Amino acid sequence: MFEGYSLAELGSIFAMQGFAGLILFSVFVLMALGLAIIFGQMGVINMAHGEFMILGAYVTYLCSTFISSYAPALFPVYFFIAMALAFVASGALGMLVEWAMIRFLYRRPLDTLLATWGLSLILQQVFRSVFGAREVGVVLPDWLMGSVAVTGTIEVPINGLFVMALTTAITVAIYAVMFRSRWGQGVRAVMQNRVMAGAVGINTEKVDRYTFGLGCGIAGVAGSAFTMVGSTGPTSGQLYIVDTFLVVVFGGAQSLIGTIASAFTISQAQSTMEFFLSGSTAKVLTLLTVVVILMLRPQGLFVLKVRR
Amino acid sequence: MSSDKINADKTIGGLPSPLRRKLLLGMAALPAVGLLPRGALAQALPTDAVNTTKLAVTDSTVKVGILHSTTGTMAISETGSVQAEKLAIAQINEMGGVLGRKIEVIQEDGASDWPTFAEKARKLLVEDKVAAVFGCWTSASRKAVLPVFEQYNGMLYYPTFYEGLEQSKNVIYTGQEATQQILAGLDWVTKEKGAKSFFLIGSDYIWPRTSNKIARKHIEMHGQKVVGEEYFPLGHTQFNSVINKIKLTKPDVIYASVVGGSNVAFYKQLKAAGIDLNKQTLMTISVTEDEMLGIGGENIAGAYACMKYFQSLKNPNNEKFVAAFKKMWGGESVIGDVTQAGYLGPWLWKLTAEKAKSFDVDKIAAASPGIEFTGAPEGYVRVHENHHLWSKTRVGRARTDGQFDVVFETADLIEPNPFPKGYQ
Repeated sequence: MFEGYSLAELGSIFAMQGFAGLILFSVFVLMALGLAIIFGQMGVINMAHGEFMILGAYVTYLCSTFISSYAPALFPVYFFIAMALAFVASGALGMLVEWAMIRFLYRRPLDTLLATWGLSLILQQVFRSVFGAREVGVVLPDWLMGSVAVTGTIEVPINGLFVMALTTAITVAIYAVMFRSRWGQGVRAVMQNRVMAGAVGINTEKVDRYTFGLGCGIAGVAGSAFTMVGSTGPTSGQLYIVDTFLVVVFGGAQSLIGTIASAFTISQAQSTMEFFLSGSTAKVLTLLTVVVILMLRPQGLFVLKVRR
Repeated sequence: MSSDKINADKTIGGLPSPLRRKLLLGMAALPAVGLLPRGALAQALPTDAVNTTKLAVTDSTVKVGILHSTTGTMAISETGSVQAEKLAIAQINEMGGVLGRKIEVIQEDGASDWPTFAEKARKLLVEDKVAAVFGCWTSASRKAVLPVFEQYNGMLYYPTFYEGLEQSKNVIYTGQEATQQILAGLDWVTKEKGAKSFFLIGSDYIWPRTSNKIARKHIEMHGQKVVGEEYFPLGHTQFNSVINKIKLTKPDVIYASVVGGSNVAFYKQLKAAGIDLNKQTLMTISVTEDEMLGIGGENIAGAYACMKYFQSLKNPNNEKFVAAFKKMWGGESVIGDVTQAGYLGPWLWKLTAEKAKSFDVDKIAAASPGIEFTGAPEGYVRVHENHHLWSKTRVGRARTDGQFDVVFETADLIEPNPFPKGYQ
């Protein structure tokens, strides 16, 4: 496929392809972070993760509609407001769900799977009733669309760079919260030994609620960011859920580093293979590789060493 | 009432005012439409004569089914078809119904699930004994209900453009089959843009694959080149790699049949990657005004779509149709190709029943070929022997406001050819 191209052209294409891989990596990390917290740290299989993302996307849609009609001057920066609101909305819904449903189901992971799957169906139908069955178009500020020409032939999409920056910021923030703050210490204590954590005076119920809320809130931000690259409809969340679980499970459920490593592996494999093979074949080969590795290493790439 | 007269002046009338609707309901015995007393036609055509197969037909009513997904992932697409079919039925009822009988609708939800479609089809035919069903959207749902319609001898009016390779006594296909939609568009882009190379990209299921097979044959038959052919799983959202491949192969035309949520991702990422559709020719066979809502006009403006109907078509039928549709379903609604094809179903059925002077499915099936509908929003259509429609094909150019400028239309109606020789 490369005959008749100059070396410079090929170089540019590979550079752009490298960026494509990095962008896919950021997208995967952003999707998976919220779930890694909820599934990895709390052991709750949250099938409604995609719907929390789409809630964030709808909040962004409402924001763009509202601001373009009432405060057009703010439009170029509305995206930041939208992301903050998406975090609040999804986080609040997450805490409500935890309070109303999840807290009765700890230690019963298979039941949380069914319950949250039911929740995802309910949320989809709510979105459909409120926003209509059709997809909505989220209008983005002009500066987010288009590309930067790095050299004459290398062009990098701005929204890709934006997702990369956002992912980095959120990852750093989560690292700081989980591993460098007192609250994060509490979360980790509760996850490792609930009874003991309670005994030393940590309010475990409160920790559970906020952790679940945090995970859902991050999902909301991810959904908000994905309005730049994907669709916003009642069932769009379903598009992300499989990849998200794949990344988290492959990485080793309890390890945030594992999630990142796994996102990197899968995204690079997929984007490289997509370039050289056809799209469907690339997907099949990626999934096959993951299955084989999980057969050899059922606990995932990385595993936290805890005493059971 | 001759069908010519219907075609000429009544087809596209608006909806009755609320008051008039009330009058119609309340004083069914009084003169309702024209000066004919209601039921005069029904008396001229007694129920025993127009219904020899125990369908749900009385002296004053006839039952039909609407079978689409109003929940689940396909609700996005199928909502428009339901709206169009209900509009057509409301307009037909306003004119006095079919063979003097009011149409009553039984609506079932296929719930985006193919076995559910089959089950609901069986219910409509066996329990409700409907005279006709307007429904289905995806090929998968049609394939699921086809054995049911053939077993219980029902009549299905199917609105979606599809891949062809099918023909049944029990189905009237009101959308285009693949060759009707594809060939004229390819010829146009070749002539107009001097296209020599094509990059085919689609979602991975039967319709894009069959359509691209036809497109590839046609392209290669004319000495042009396919420089890439790619399929992505339904719901795929990451197109950056394939966009790089497109940049590498520099095709004259990107030929796209990506569907559903993937569509939105594809066009947003094309734009973000710096591919300007005003410079790079892109032709799609899967983006209608409905899809434009989700994609956003600013992300796809400049692309060409190839199908038989666009909301912006300028003809008196269409202007009245669009006005009536917006009046019934709200000024914000948009009308895509399939929605218009859905609107044709009830009208074609009415005209056929009046020609056959019967609701019997066998007689409707036999009388269908040759049925003409001059009131169609897309312009004149005619039913072919093979139960597909003769129709024109048009090319529209996407605008930022979510509508299309029609830039080309074939001079003649194109013959439907669901089993194209040399293309398989």
